[in-house]
Amino acid sequence: MTRAAIQYLRLFTLFLLAMLSGVRCRASSDTPETIKFWAMGNEGEMVRQLIPEFERLNPKIHVNVQQIPWTAAHEKLLTAFAGESTPDVCQLGNTWLPEFSVLHSIEPLDRFAAHSSGIRLNDFFEGVLKTNIIDSALVGIPWYVDTRVVFYRRDLLAEAGYTTFPATWNEVLRLCDLMQRNARAKHIPRYPLFLPTGEWVPAIILGMQSGGNFLRDGNTRGNFSGPQFHRAFDLLAQFYQKEYSPAGMQLITNVYNSFSDGLITMYITGPWNIGEFTRRISPNLQSQWMTAPLPSMDSTSPGISLPLGTSLSIFRRSSHKEAGWKLIEFLTSRDQSVAFYKITGNLPPRKSAWNDSSLSQNKYIQAFYKQLQRVDPLPQVAEWEQIVIKLQLYVEYVATQTMTVDEALHKFDGDVDQMLEKRRWLVEKNKH
Amino acid sequence: MSSRVRKVRHDNHTAAAWLFLAPAMTAIAVFFIVPVLSALIMSLTDFDVYALGDLSVVRFMGFHNYVRIFETPLFWTALKNTFYFVLVGGPLSVAASLGTALMVNSKLARFKSFFRTVYFLPVVTSLVAVAVVWRYLYHPAHGLLNLFLSWFGVAPIDWLGNPAIAMPAIIVLAVWKNFGYNMLIFIAGLQNIPDDLYEAARIDGAGAWRQFIDITIPTLAPTTVFVVMITIIGYFQLFAEPYVMTEGGPMNATTSIVLMMYEQGFRWWNMGFAAAIAFVLFVLILFFSIVQMLIQRRLQR
Repeated sequence: MTRAAIQYLRLFTLFLLAMLSGVRCRASSDTPETIKFWAMGNEGEMVRQLIPEFERLNPKIHVNVQQIPWTAAHEKLLTAFAGESTPDVCQLGNTWLPEFSVLHSIEPLDRFAAHSSGIRLNDFFEGVLKTNIIDSALVGIPWYVDTRVVFYRRDLLAEAGYTTFPATWNEVLRLCDLMQRNARAKHIPRYPLFLPTGEWVPAIILGMQSGGNFLRDGNTRGNFSGPQFHRAFDLLAQFYQKEYSPAGMQLITNVYNSFSDGLITMYITGPWNIGEFTRRISPNLQSQWMTAPLPSMDSTSPGISLPLGTSLSIFRRSSHKEAGWKLIEFLTSRDQSVAFYKITGNLPPRKSAWNDSSLSQNKYIQAFYKQLQRVDPLPQVAEWEQIVIKLQLYVEYVATQTMTVDEALHKFDGDVDQMLEKRRWLVEKNKH
Repeated sequence: MSSRVRKVRHDNHTAAAWLFLAPAMTAIAVFFIVPVLSALIMSLTDFDVYALGDLSVVRFMGFHNYVRIFETPLFWTALKNTFYFVLVGGPLSVAASLGTALMVNSKLARFKSFFRTVYFLPVVTSLVAVAVVWRYLYHPAHGLLNLFLSWFGVAPIDWLGNPAIAMPAIIVLAVWKNFGYNMLIFIAGLQNIPDDLYEAARIDGAGAWRQFIDITIPTLAPTTVFVVMITIIGYFQLFAEPYVMTEGGPMNATTSIVLMMYEQGFRWWNMGFAAAIAFVLFVLILFFSIVQMLIQRRLQR
């Protein structure tokens, strides 16, 4: 062997040793464990402000927040699942939970919640918590809640003789009639109640209020042509037929301008619009808008609304489940959900958080608090999103009087049966 | 003896050729043939979101997906919309390209390169950005287009909200966006026509129109066939314009086959069904391409 070769071998051995020691160093416990956290849209940006506090409390955990745009979130999560690159903790719309449960992609959290000191499940709004329980397994913890209430113009309601928002839909119909007549007498264009045809929300809310039962035979077939939903759709159709609501989506491109102009005077929407209305309704009208819980089909008040919002879940493939749970515990704690409300306007999922003065002294928030006590879960089937998107099409058909209510609902049931074909087969298969 | 030598050499050449082709062939096989074959197999199954979670629930469906496509009313609507777009938008686009090419190429035209750039500009701008601007133009109450029409006493038109008008509105956008590309090809074709042909025609006393009909059109025929072919193939794949402008609405009036496929595949994860739609579209485009090629061959004779 030449000297050069010996020299080379020595160097190589040194290099190997260095590498081995490097590996040993990395395995030691000084460096924190990193968890990957996916959050959507604005939440993904704002939640970064809460992470430093979490990392201070848990010095051994480092959180890598990745922001996903809402519009691409669903597709991206499914492709991530197919490509085995799901994050450790993820924000999921609670209407998506059934789908991700079907995929066996999210971890049941019961065992964590049972021993948790921070999370008391009875502090969460019951209707929203229910959406996180699928086949009796807890698959997510509500991060923030969302429901729909009415935003209305107080001055224009007063003009029609209403000082408070009506409690029933029959009253709302009467109010719409009065407002329309007032406006027509003055030659002002007016659609009293804006029910967007490109949204499934009003139709589903009315459906829930008239008894639900959207699906039948163990959620394997559509029941939209059944008497309950039929009644709801009849009511919805009236608003379009009588021109209480515009029948297309193109006329009202900017809700805030239309609301300021009085082109629309009532609008069913969610909590994010408190901030938007404060910023975008013209300043001289700021004292003239208010929120109210939904009217009902019967005399109970308020009427049922939707239990929406997003939850935090842990993916099954994660190898940092304990650390992930710590992050969930932290973010859904009372104090952090209040802090999150202050920076985003997202409503806290825990009832105890609503005592905080930032919420209890906001007059627009009160309607949401009342409404959140009266929300009902939606059917927990993976195809639900597909079903309600299809429903929008039939709302459009009925609103433009292209189809009768009967015709639309029968066709819609046919479509729903087709979408649920695989589910029917799976349910049958599991019986045998 | 000599023939054997030639054979060996020939074999060597073949082997070498394969060797040189191998990298490209491997890439094509991995990134094209394998995916296409998998999609074909997938189109015979009901691969969906349940299958993603548990592969054992995939069912082999034979041609059921294909049968279902033809039973789905939305497919026929999408097919009708796509044909509408191809048959109206296609000729309009070709006519606009030819017209501008003639203008830009004309001896009378000034600032040729300026206009060439201006007409080509929409091709290179991002469709999403353009669509946002066009949505403002089309706005029923505050849109520039309706403002312009109101000067002539035309009542406001709900361009994207009216099912009867939404597709024409999309066509106008698409033609405006795309004609520049074909214009360039036409300009190249026009510049290939020898000047002596026009000179001879002028000596024989032919006017401008006569020259256009008897010289420009026939000599440009191969270019035209090519342009028509790529336009039709491209227009059959209508997707981005309705996806950004209308999401297929109002009442599915602008849902195209590719948009339907995208929704089924990537929104609802009905991969088997979506793959079948892709193959139906493939057969459709193939059919029209063959018709085109037959026409081209006849013209060349």
